Order: sequence, then structure tokens, then C-alpha cells
Amino acid sequence: MTLIYQLINGLQIGSIYALVALGYSMVYGIVRLINFAHGEIIMVGAYCVWFCMSRLALPALPAVAITVIVCAVLGVSIERIAYKPLRKSARISLLITAIGVSFLLQNLAQLIFTANPRMFTNLFTGSIAIGTQEISAATVATIGVSVVLMIALSVLVNKTRIGKAMRAVSEDADAAQLMGINVNSVISFTFAIGSALAAIAAVLYCCSYSQISPTMGSMLGLKAFVAAVLGGIGSIPGAMTGGLCIGIAESLTKGYISSQLSDAVVFGILIVVLLIKPTGIFGRGDHQKV
Amino acid sequence: MKKMKMAALLMACLMLVAMLAGCGKKADENVVKIGLIGPQTGAVAAYGLSVKNAIELYIKEANANGGINGKTIELIAYDDKGDPTEAKQAYDKLVTADEVVAVLGPVTSDPTFGVAEASVADNMPCITGTATHPDVTTYGDNFYRACFEDPFQGGTVARFAQKELGVKTVAIIYNTSSAYSTGLKDAFSKAANEAGMTILATEGYAEGDVDFKSQLTNIAAVKADALFMPDYYNNVYMIAKQAREAGINATFLGVDGTDGVLKIEGADTSVFEGMYFANHYAADDTADMVVNFVSNYKEAYNDTPDALAALGYDAAIILIDALKKVDAAGTDLSDRQAVIDAIAATDLDCVTGHITFDENNNPIKDCTIIKIVNAQYTFVTKY
Repeated sequence: MTLIYQLINGLQIGSIYALVALGYSMVYGIVRLINFAHGEIIMVGAYCVWFCMSRLALPALPAVAITVIVCAVLGVSIERIAYKPLRKSARISLLITAIGVSFLLQNLAQLIFTANPRMFTNLFTGSIAIGTQEISAATVATIGVSVVLMIALSVLVNKTRIGKAMRAVSEDADAAQLMGINVNSVISFTFAIGSALAAIAAVLYCCSYSQISPTMGSMLGLKAFVAAVLGGIGSIPGAMTGGLCIGIAESLTKGYISSQLSDAVVFGILIVVLLIKPTGIFGRGDHQKV
Repeated sequence: MKKMKMAALLMACLMLVAMLAGCGKKADENVVKIGLIGPQTGAVAAYGLSVKNAIELYIKEANANGGINGKTIELIAYDDKGDPTEAKQAYDKLVTADEVVAVLGPVTSDPTFGVAEASVADNMPCITGTATHPDVTTYGDNFYRACFEDPFQGGTVARFAQKELGVKTVAIIYNTSSAYSTGLKDAFSKAANEAGMTILATEGYAEGDVDFKSQLTNIAAVKADALFMPDYYNNVYMIAKQAREAGINATFLGVDGTDGVLKIEGADTSVFEGMYFANHYAADDTADMVVNFVSNYKEAYNDTPDALAALGYDAAIILIDALKKVDAAGTDLSDRQAVIDAIAATDLDCVTGHITFDENNNPIKDCTIIKIVNAQYTFVTKY
């Protein structure tokens, strides 16, 4: 019976990984860049919603809205300032720049907010009894919100004009430009959407796990990256599946084997995927090494 | 070569300064010098400042009451920044340059190891108020402490839960990467088994974890009467919150690291209602000694003294009482063995309880049990 609850726990953290992995995958699909600063966007989102609610005493909804906007603007600015000038240079320079941005954001947060962790008050209080045990309202909300967002994103990518443009740029950026698509604005839009998803992930994450610290984004980002690779980096359904798989694997390891092994299992999956099927579950053949 | 010369010059200067510092002071017959080592800056500065405030308070009170049989007590305090190297340097300075008769501190366990080791060679009487690690007093017979050790409080919480709360089954969640937490888990498990309680689940997590749901799901399934969580307050908060959300209604049990949970900014303190934890002292204890200490401390520093302040105060009480006895017997206070023997014979009522020392230089004293009621720490009993 506890198996069901462990699966629910896994689904919860897995949907957060999935939301973050979507950001990695979309950006990789468009500009072939592993955006290592993505984890730090989550951290900025967490501090932003915390600051809005506990320092500015804003109600939850405006606080979340501001956070989403701040993160989207931050994502776009990072792309414009740090990545765009390097778009034509070697891929490794871009990757190193991404790591640099990640450290910059982490240390800025440490400077502004100090290394002491902050606590965030849960927006979804209470729990819901299911069977013999209870699960928290935050868990249900996390899974629900993630599912809605993933459906919305699929619709956006597959049914709208901008989605079509994104797919075209992802297919062949130069050809897309020749067809009259503004590649720069498509790339900015992709970064904005990815960062907005990270902002929502940050809020959901804080509701369940309370603690906000300058380094919170790095581990979360790494695990989401593993999820993106597992699902096939560049693929949107892949990021969702990968996220849920990683979350469930982690939860079952903690619940049934040992909590100390959970990270080992997650990163073990990365190694196995890279050895056996480097393109991941949904990945296409044109895999490029970084 | 140039570097060598520079280094030699620097060394010469340093030695000169040290010599001058030594020469400058004339031994004053009517002043008794005591050293204090503790962090006044750095990550654990808050601990050191509490201890220093409390010790200064006691010395002021003692001097007002005639000092050591007419001699004035002078406190020489050095900042160790919580760093073992700085602590050792401070110790050397106290012994060689300042010629103190005894040393109070250090405050945290890590710097204490080095000082304890060095003090054995000098046979210097030392008392730390606050270093709880079991090894601190194992270096030599000259090093004492005023606080109880970690294993003691773990065992006490288990016995208290069984006898006073009627707990029959327990679950444990502990930090596998912390010596503090693992030590307490072991002590608690041992005492729980001896007291006849059944441990239904023992789950671990690592430092830095924020997701405890998988472990708590297993714990929720066994439906234990109590959940023991030995760790510092930030982790205790996250576990307590997620445990209540997972539908765990067990009584929460904690240790001295729990102190501080109610001060966490933005925390939902309702999850702690009814939690019991062991601590060194309770500020709302109604014993005369505690009431006086709390009101004097508040008057001097405009702040409620924490457990570290109480322990620092007690270390000063023990040391000055011993010095008084030695002096009254007509022995010179620089007779270190005489002072050590007097500390060993301590039998005093202190703020954190009645203290005598066992053969390992650890205090035999009571643990204070605190319950969280209406988001307040409430004194329950000495146990």
C-alpha cells in the first residue's frame, strides 16, 4: 500500500523536474545550448516569490505573477547579454558562459540574501486523506498545475503560429530565417517560456520543501538536466517523461533501498542512458556532443 | 634569498613584540586573571557572544561581592572565530603572555579539541561551558565541561518519553551525514530498547536534503506513538512540516538543536505544537537561580539569555568557586593541580542544574525537558 504513496511522492518531485527539464530541452532544441544557468532561474524565482510575499506582503497570486515576469525577463536578458554575442562562436564557449552566468547568479544571491536559508510559507495548506494515509494539498496542487502547464505548452508548440516558428527554427535556423521567421524573437520567446516554467516550478518547489537558499538551484537543475537527457534532450514530451521517471526512481530508492543512494541512482541513470541510448527515449538521431 | 631575509626579519619583529608584551605587565598581587576563548566574529559568533556576555555578567557580580577573597577577577577574552588554529593561538597567548590562572572555553567543539590537547601539557585548568562532543574531555584530567554530552540527552529523551508520556512505539528520522545526529540516534535507540519501547522505523537523510516525503511515507505507514528527530532547527522544521502534511500525528521528540525553531522567519510554527525536546535550561524555569540569572542578563543586555549563555555562566560559577576554595586554603592560585582538584570536587547549584563531576570530567546533571505550547517554549521538568 505504501507503494502508491511513494509513487505519488515521486510524481510530485518528478513533475517539478519535468517543468525544469522542459526549459533545458526547449532551449537546447532551438540554440543547441545546455543552459546551465537554468537551475539558477529557479533560485531567483524562489527568492522573488519569497520577497514579494514576506517582505512586500503581497497576496499569493500577484506575487506568483511578478515572479513569472521577473524570471521570464531574466531568462531573456541572459540570452541577450551573455549568449547572443557568442551564437556564432564555438559551442564550448557558450557552454562555459552558461556556467559563468550560473555562478554569477548564485554568488549575487549569496551577497544579497546571505547564505542563511529562508523559509517559505506553503500556499496550499492542509492534507487530503487518500486510503489509509494522507497526502499534502501541495502535492496534489503540484501534480495538477504541472499537468495543466504541460498540456498548455504542447498546445502552444503544436497549434499556434509561434509554436510553428519555434519548430521551424529548431529544425533549421538558417532556413527558417530565409522563410521570413524572426529567429531572434523566437529564441527570446523560447527563453521566456522556459524561464516562466522554471518560475512556476520554483513556487511549487518552495510550497512543498520550504527552504530557499542561494545554492538550491544547482542540484535541482542537475537532476532536471538528467531528466531532459533521459527523455531525449530537445524533445518536449521527452522532458516530461524523463522528469516523471527520475522523480519516481528517486522516491522509490529513498523509500525502499536507502536515502543515501537516491542521488547515485539518478546520476547512474544518466550514465546508463549515455552508454546505451545517448539520444534518450524520444530523442532524434542528430545528437550533438557538448 | 630576499624572501628568506624578509621572513627572518618578520620573525625577529614578532619575537620582539612578544617579549615586550611579556615584559610590560607586572604581576599584580590583587588581580586574578582568567582567560576566555570563544568566537566573537564569524559564522558562530552568536554562540560566542552569548557565552562572553554571560561570563562577563557573572564576573561583574562576583567582583561586586568581593571577588576571590578580596582579589579582583580580570577576564581576558580572545576571539577564535570558531577556528581551531585561532583558538590554539589564543590559548598560547593566554598561557605565555597573559599568565592566566585558568581558561574558560572554547565554545564550539571543533576548536576545543586542539585547546584541550595543548592544555594537557601545561596541566592548565580549563572549563568549556558548551562543547558537547564526547571526545572533548578525553585528552587529560585538566579539562572539564559544564554541559551534558550528546549521548546523555539522546538517552534521556527516550526514558522521558517512555515513563512520562507513555510512548510505546517510536520512529526515528536522522541525518546520516552528521556526527551529532547519528550519535543521538544511537543513544536514543539504545535507551529506547532498554526502556522496552519498540522502534518501528529508522529512516535516514543527508545534509542538504529538503525532500523527506519518501522516508516520512514509510514512517506514516507504521503509525508510531512518537517521532524522534535529532538535528538542528532548520532541518527539524522541514521534517516536522512535511511529517504533519503526510498525516503523521505522532508526538515529536527532539534534542537541544531544536532550540531556535520558533525563531525561524516565515515558519509555520503550528507544526511544533506539543513537541518535546531536551535542552540545557529553560528561561521560564522558576528556580531562584534561573529567575535571577534571566532578570540580571535581561537588564544588562536587553535580551533573553539562551542555553549557551546559561552554560557559560555556569562554567564561570564553577571556576570562580574553585579558585575561592583554593585561595581560602592558603594555596597560591598558580598551583594548577590544586585548582583542578577543586574543580573536580565541585558540588554546586547552577543555572542549568545541580552539577558534580564524574571521573571523566563530565558533569552529572539533569536534562531540562521543554514542551512547545502555543508557539512558546514551556518548561516541563528536569529529568
